[in-house]
Amino acid sequence: MAAVAPPTDGARRSVTLRIRRSNPAAGQGPSYSEFTVGAEPWTTVLDAILEAKRGHDHSVGVRYSCRQATCGSCGMMVNGRPRLACFTKLSELGDGAVTVEPMQNFPVVRDLVVGFDRLFRSHHSIRPYIVSGEADIAPGTRETPQSPEEVERYIQFAGCIKCGLCNSACPTMATDTQFIGPQSLAQAYRYVADTRDRGKDERLRIIDDSHGIWRCHYAGSCSKVCPKGVDPAMGIQLLKGHMLGFR
Amino acid sequence: MRESLIIRIHYATALAAVALVAVHVLIRVTQGFAESLEYESVVANYRFLPYAGLLEIILILLSVHGFNGLRVILLELRQGRRYERAVTLACVAAAVAVIAYGSRTIILMNMGAV
Repeated sequence: MAAVAPPTDGARRSVTLRIRRSNPAAGQGPSYSEFTVGAEPWTTVLDAILEAKRGHDHSVGVRYSCRQATCGSCGMMVNGRPRLACFTKLSELGDGAVTVEPMQNFPVVRDLVVGFDRLFRSHHSIRPYIVSGEADIAPGTRETPQSPEEVERYIQFAGCIKCGLCNSACPTMATDTQFIGPQSLAQAYRYVADTRDRGKDERLRIIDDSHGIWRCHYAGSCSKVCPKGVDPAMGIQLLKGHMLGFR
Repeated sequence: MRESLIIRIHYATALAAVALVAVHVLIRVTQGFAESLEYESVVANYRFLPYAGLLEIILILLSVHGFNGLRVILLELRQGRRYERAVTLACVAAAVAVIAYGSRTIILMNMGAV
């Protein structure tokens, strides 16, 4: 069967892609490489980076996997704003050059690849799973029913793909190297709000730290950049309500 | 002390300070601002026990709130166990010192030492 060529309306254009390059382990400081890549209306930033790798310089370091905003691997600064490269079309970025840089508030591994150790450590620390003695399925037991209203309390927070964009946008993350971060706090709320969970007290104790939830300034930038529509800032405020005894 | 308790104190001191400083400002305005700052008027205010008490409470509220705010700012600037302990102790000591010195002034004025 012949491959079907994608429709084109003649809108193909050339875009200048500026990629920040660095390799801290090899002592190579930051510099910018410029590539001219072709762009259709549907071309994403990740497509453009991969075209630059394929046609110009295969040594460009970039992490990606699913290409459909599901795996959370390709977070980066696109024109100064944290975005998923696979979820950002060049056509929505205007006519100028497109600058891609590694995410802020993360250590750079190489070029656009950053280390996620801190995010995963923080995420792990809040026990991101249902804590319940009745969780195991055994003969004679059944699943725990929840009403639509009970699901509604946490379901948007379950959409987190751990891409790290919220942590990259957070101003507190930039100054406080021990701040737990909006991603982990939103996930703490996700489980605290789940009626099946029994780990609320322990989670609240974990985030009640001098670098925990109270260091959030409520800038709200985490919610603005989330590609999955999660609202970490709201989750953090609701969590504060739990901690102050209002909920 | 857990951070949530510190924050409760922080919020409570802020709310209480807003209310009491409003009373303080209203008294100044009703008396006439320039007139209220004359020497005899200031001394009279300190010697009026309820007003001296109001000033003492405002002093405590603002010192606790202000120095905890400073502590939080400093904790965000740098991290480290020793640094954080030093910042916390220094802020507590500074708050105690300001409250002690301010209280001394209020008490001496109230007792007619000036």
